[in-house]
Amino acid sequence: MRRLSVFLAILLVVAFALSLLAGRVWLSPQQILSGQDALASMIVMDIRLPRAVLALLVGSALGLSGAVLQGLTRNPLAEPGLLGVSTGAALGAVLAIYFGVTAISGVTGPVLGLAGALVACLLTFGLGQGGGTITLVLAGAAVSSLTAAGIALALNFAPNPYAAYEIMNWLLGSLADKSWAQVWLILPFIVIGGGLLAVTGQALDALSLGEAQAESLGVDLTRLRIAAIAGTALAVGAATSVTGAIGFIGLVAPHLARPFVGYQPSRILLPATLGGALLLLIADIAAREIHLGPELKLGVFTSLVGTPFFFWLVLRLKRTAP
Amino acid sequence: MSVLLAEHIDVNKGGRAILRDISLMAGPGEFLAVIGPNGAGKSTLLSALAGLIAPAKGMISLDGVPLPKIPKKTLARRRAYLPQNPLCEWPLSVERLVALGLTAHLPALGPLPGWFEDGIAKALADHDLVERREQPVTTLSGGEFARAMLGRAMVGNPDVLIVDEPVTGLDPVHAFTAMARLSAWAASGHAVIASLHDLTLAGRYANRVLALKDGRVAGEGALDGALIRNIFGVAAEIRGAGSHFAVDFLSPKAKPIEDAF
Repeated sequence: MRRLSVFLAILLVVAFALSLLAGRVWLSPQQILSGQDALASMIVMDIRLPRAVLALLVGSALGLSGAVLQGLTRNPLAEPGLLGVSTGAALGAVLAIYFGVTAISGVTGPVLGLAGALVACLLTFGLGQGGGTITLVLAGAAVSSLTAAGIALALNFAPNPYAAYEIMNWLLGSLADKSWAQVWLILPFIVIGGGLLAVTGQALDALSLGEAQAESLGVDLTRLRIAAIAGTALAVGAATSVTGAIGFIGLVAPHLARPFVGYQPSRILLPATLGGALLLLIADIAAREIHLGPELKLGVFTSLVGTPFFFWLVLRLKRTAP
Repeated sequence: MSVLLAEHIDVNKGGRAILRDISLMAGPGEFLAVIGPNGAGKSTLLSALAGLIAPAKGMISLDGVPLPKIPKKTLARRRAYLPQNPLCEWPLSVERLVALGLTAHLPALGPLPGWFEDGIAKALADHDLVERREQPVTTLSGGEFARAMLGRAMVGNPDVLIVDEPVTGLDPVHAFTAMARLSAWAASGHAVIASLHDLTLAGRYANRVLALKDGRVAGEGALDGALIRNIFGVAAEIRGAGSHFAVDFLSPKAKPIEDAF
């Protein structure tokens, strides 16, 4: 595990540096480090650094949450959107656009998005509590459908084409045009949520043996579920409320780590976190560098690149199934 | 060295009464076999004894302390529980699977205790798994997997071991060796409670049996023909004793299947 994590961390540093250099205007390291090029340092400090930091935070949150939820449900298809948190955050942010409150400040959208994520999470937990993990997943599916209907409703009744366009655009997911204000807004939520998710490792290991055996080994299943849900709501809710829906990172990152650490759920958490951040940083650089007329949205790009992974997962399952 | 005691317990599941007025005791050196027909409540009794289901009435205690009053981690260190058909959802290595039995012994933070690796190595050796330690458990045969699960249950050296149908699905030789292991474990000063369908195995290896029928205790003590007839409703003959003990059921008359067409 240690070697894989160190390897990923080194790649992460490289990708982070690259993310500061890459863009419409390519910068050289000298331009940034000398500090004499005022335009270059402005581009880096105000545009690219917050964007890279955001990619780091959001990617880590998605990767870690995906790893925890796959461990909790023991289902390789689980991902952060499973509990209705992502669509809840999206509904909050969409409502902010719908009612035009995003014009007030750049953070009203994310604040409403966060509120949406927390409400969705409470609803999921209230509905599914006490019935085991399967009920929880079903409750998450129900809440996802409800919030997705709400988003469709907002699009349906959009006050004008611009609002509809803005909502659509936001839903596609992007890291463009973000500032430090949004980084500072979501940082505490991602740190606290990530902390809650990170301490689930031991319990997830025991859960490999099923719920009865895990409980007999002293694992408090209710506490584990609360940590996983609250952690996902805070970390992924905050992330989604700023960037919009970014798919597949949370699904893919744990799978990439799993075979290298002997499939043990607790050992997947750190590499999946690093891997999630790395994947999002690389995807963001690629999305910036691919010029096809209008900006290629990050969420669209991760879905496009992530879907073939789904095919691979199906083929692999077919091969390894008895 | 601990004594597990159940006093007049009633257990309900999903609003239905499963167990009524069950009392039992198991102490160091004892191997108690729970027998009874399908649906008699054996699995429910074992999970209640393990502290996973709370009885609606009565009390289960370990050395005089009621199970709900014992912190989960402490209880996990003192008793191990293996459900019927245990499974492992990820292709962990055998060594990792066995190590999971020490979950309750793990420190929340900091390095692993020194005896940790030794304990795992001993459990692997005790269960003939040394050569398989790196192998993913999903590739093991049924007998090997059952051994690995027993190893994971015993690795923490619990005072009380509760296993639900440990030999179901094993061939006769593997079933005998698994039973011999459980009986040796009991003889070394632990309490073992196992539900069994194979009455020959129960009679050969357990110190005594507890027979359940329709959620009530139908008999306790030594296994004899009268008890078997009472709980299964079928005549049985007992042959031999000790390692020659065998239960021979007389085939019940099958109802003729009427041709409906």
